[in-house]
Amino acid sequence: MPKHDVLVIGAGLAGQRAALAAAEQGVSVGILSKVHPVRSHSNAAQGGINAALNPGDSWESHAFDTIKGSDYLGDQDAVEIMAREAPEEILHMEHLGVTFHRNEEGKLGTRAFGGASAARTYYVADITGQAIMHVLYEQLMKHSDQVARYEEWFCTALALDEEGECRGVVTRNIADGSMELFEAKAVILACGGNGQVWKPTTNALICTGDGIAMAYRVGAKLMDMEMIQYHPTTLAGKGFLITEGARGEGAHLLNAKGERFMERYAPNKMELASRDVVSRAEQTEINEGRGFPDGTVALDITVVPKKRVHEALREIVLVGRDFAGVDITREPIHIKPGNHYTMGGVKTDVEGRTDVPGLYAAGETACVSVHGGNRLGANSLLDTLIFGRRSGADAAARAKRIEGSRPSREALEAEQAQIDAIAAREKGSGRRVSEIKLELGTTMDAKVAVFRDEAGIAEALETVRRLKQEAESAYIDDKGQIFNQDLLAAIELGYMLDNAECTCVAALERKESRGAQYRTDFPERNDEEWLKHIDLQLTDDGPEISYSEVTITQWEPQERTY
Amino acid sequence: MAEYTLKVRRYQPESGEAAYWEEFKVDLDPSLSVLDGLLQAKDRDDGSLAVRCSCRAAICGSCGMKVNGQSGLGCKTQIGEAHEAANRRNGGSEPIVVEPMGNMPVIKDLITDMESTHWAKIRRVTPWLLPHGEPPEREYVVEPESMIDITQSMACIQCGACVSSCLSMEADPDFIGPAALAKAYRFVGDPRDAETVERLHDLAHDPHGIYDCTHCFSCIDACPKGVAPMDQIMRLRRRAAEEGIEDDPNNGANHVKAFVKMIEKKGTNDEALLIQESYAPGVKGKLKPTKGAVEGLLKSLPTVLRAIKTGKARSPSKLIPGVHPKLPGGAQDEVKAIYAHAEEHREEFNLYIKGEDEDFVEPEPDEMTDATIEAEAAAAAESEES
Repeated sequence: MPKHDVLVIGAGLAGQRAALAAAEQGVSVGILSKVHPVRSHSNAAQGGINAALNPGDSWESHAFDTIKGSDYLGDQDAVEIMAREAPEEILHMEHLGVTFHRNEEGKLGTRAFGGASAARTYYVADITGQAIMHVLYEQLMKHSDQVARYEEWFCTALALDEEGECRGVVTRNIADGSMELFEAKAVILACGGNGQVWKPTTNALICTGDGIAMAYRVGAKLMDMEMIQYHPTTLAGKGFLITEGARGEGAHLLNAKGERFMERYAPNKMELASRDVVSRAEQTEINEGRGFPDGTVALDITVVPKKRVHEALREIVLVGRDFAGVDITREPIHIKPGNHYTMGGVKTDVEGRTDVPGLYAAGETACVSVHGGNRLGANSLLDTLIFGRRSGADAAARAKRIEGSRPSREALEAEQAQIDAIAAREKGSGRRVSEIKLELGTTMDAKVAVFRDEAGIAEALETVRRLKQEAESAYIDDKGQIFNQDLLAAIELGYMLDNAECTCVAALERKESRGAQYRTDFPERNDEEWLKHIDLQLTDDGPEISYSEVTITQWEPQERTY
Repeated sequence: MAEYTLKVRRYQPESGEAAYWEEFKVDLDPSLSVLDGLLQAKDRDDGSLAVRCSCRAAICGSCGMKVNGQSGLGCKTQIGEAHEAANRRNGGSEPIVVEPMGNMPVIKDLITDMESTHWAKIRRVTPWLLPHGEPPEREYVVEPESMIDITQSMACIQCGACVSSCLSMEADPDFIGPAALAKAYRFVGDPRDAETVERLHDLAHDPHGIYDCTHCFSCIDACPKGVAPMDQIMRLRRRAAEEGIEDDPNNGANHVKAFVKMIEKKGTNDEALLIQESYAPGVKGKLKPTKGAVEGLLKSLPTVLRAIKTGKARSPSKLIPGVHPKLPGGAQDEVKAIYAHAEEHREEFNLYIKGEDEDFVEPEPDEMTDATIEAEAAAAAESEES
């Protein structure tokens, strides 16, 4: 049985940062990922990472922007920590080798981003996530004697001991199909978000909410699951992301009449209002007939100087050319709001600890909550690094403190039995996994998106519950052991359905409009009744709802305008 | 919507069968990708069809494969274009041919073992920053251009398409290779790194290092991110030369110098002189009998014979060092002018600085065609030889 003090599941930014932070404490660390670490979805973060590092800027300003952006659902103690620790973290990444953009003096340079009152976004062209993640992977290679890497291992369940503490994970080595129970004193879930529950989405195929579902299944509380971000600028149909950096560099949003419509929705910040605000504005234009026939509006990047586009938005030049057939330096590109980010997730404290002892969560899997109802652009990379590091350090401290106890082998046996059962289903005995996934994605995008109402959400929930039943008899073609992706897709479908059910239940429960949750039947924010988190915990009857307070330190809720 | 046929090279390791071809009919918009086609086949027809993939948008680097023999990303290759390319290549209505990447062992269907052929080589180049002493209190202050310069190699997504297409690696599997050397330039070009000279020595003195590249451009063609690995290798060579690193086991530095000098002087490649100058630089017309030079020349003999046999060395008179045609008219002066311009203006073809090729206005085609150049060159050669 492989054994480490700290085990990290997922090797994107949060996972790699957690592993390095734990290793710094001198404990033994293992990091597992179902894809090679550099394939992780942190790659897709294009625009940058926020920090109040300029002399004229302040952490308080960054914190306030974040809280306002969250529609006051963010926990202010957590936001304060993130904003205070951001400058040091950016400098640490720079020292490790991240090739951040420089200003003329050769110092770190910034760009403007949405919802921010100062230009405080540090970046590497429009490959910031990729650049940071590859540098962290360089460090993992450098420290390979302290951090063992398990690349292309899939986690099927968390393993608890008799006291109910998390002591390991059940895994499948994708290369040969062997099942292993990994033992650890602390487990950190850093498995990213659940974008694949929606179709289309900007998220990669791997973003199936694994960590959220695994934690939920062992009794950890989930929080803010109704808060799903729709990004304002995604390609129609394919869902690919066009970075907010484009608007940060000055690009305009235009409707089919050529009007810069943000004037009517956010006269001060215009295109750089919070994402929820811009997405709603676009969807309103489209719904009221001022969009293009393909259900889009236009993003005009031609107003940005060409030299600047090549230097700072090169990835978008490629995305436009290769996936939309558009030269963004010469003509506007059609975009629409699209599923992008999971603000909610596994409820943690500011050290990444969940309700299950020994179990941690960080990054998009977790809900600390720093993003509340709506995440600001360039705060997600920051979240992964700050709370990845804090989780890693705290998990290492726990590992040093406690005695080892063993996870029950029953978990391993149960998982093997479950896998055997999936493989044993006869072809034609039910629906194909891919069919169920497609119905789930299109249902969620139709009913639980930018604008929601009770009837729609209830319909989606009903569909999800039916699909859960159908998934139990869904069959697969591949019966082998080596790289059986068919089997993994069946397990991922289960994760996605748990995520979807929780999102629907929470969205139905929150009878107000706040951040990404806009209820057309309850269009106003209602602080009196709903300035609180919705928590969900698994029972035999599905998710059980409870509430927790929003932590307010110094910023009282105000009306939110941009 | 249109119908396409994907002819996929399959290998199911647990079946006991050898690799085989299987055709899948798919139905999708021409603007969608070959990967989308494969996923449709997997979703509808056969879930055991194995392909690594994740982002679908050419950023994660999972789906390296060969489409119609060309290495690249499945997600970045439009299926409509791939269909047209297949037809152009074979005539008529041919299927789109999809294979696993080259230069790598196949694990299952389109999944290859990148650990031994890619990642081990990445680790070979000490792929982490080695700064000197303690970091500063704030950021390292560096030239803004230097960061933009190495951003081109940072843009590498480690997909392996260049490794798959590399001809040198086909001949020498130990070649460090285009991806790992591009990664090496990311540190050599980084002003924060304090081990630049050591890195260059290491890469120049490894017989499978920077001088093992044959300059064939395949990796530039294959790279889906414009990293242009070969350009990064050439930068490593330039930096090595600037550091005066010359005594490499492949005689690479001497070869480069000899080539540059010869073109400046003669305009075209004098094969015989190139060999001599690469192994025994500075001696004209006769061999300097050092041990290394004699060994090198003897080792070159089979290559020379092969070159005569295959017609690469077309006229035996060319094997006499120094007997070589000059360029016609004043063409050699123009070559020299190009050299002078290059000396004065150090230009880097970095996409983060310059943008795409199509941004440049193409120069008017010269009135002199290739045919006339050849004819004039032949005439000049004759007059010189007579």
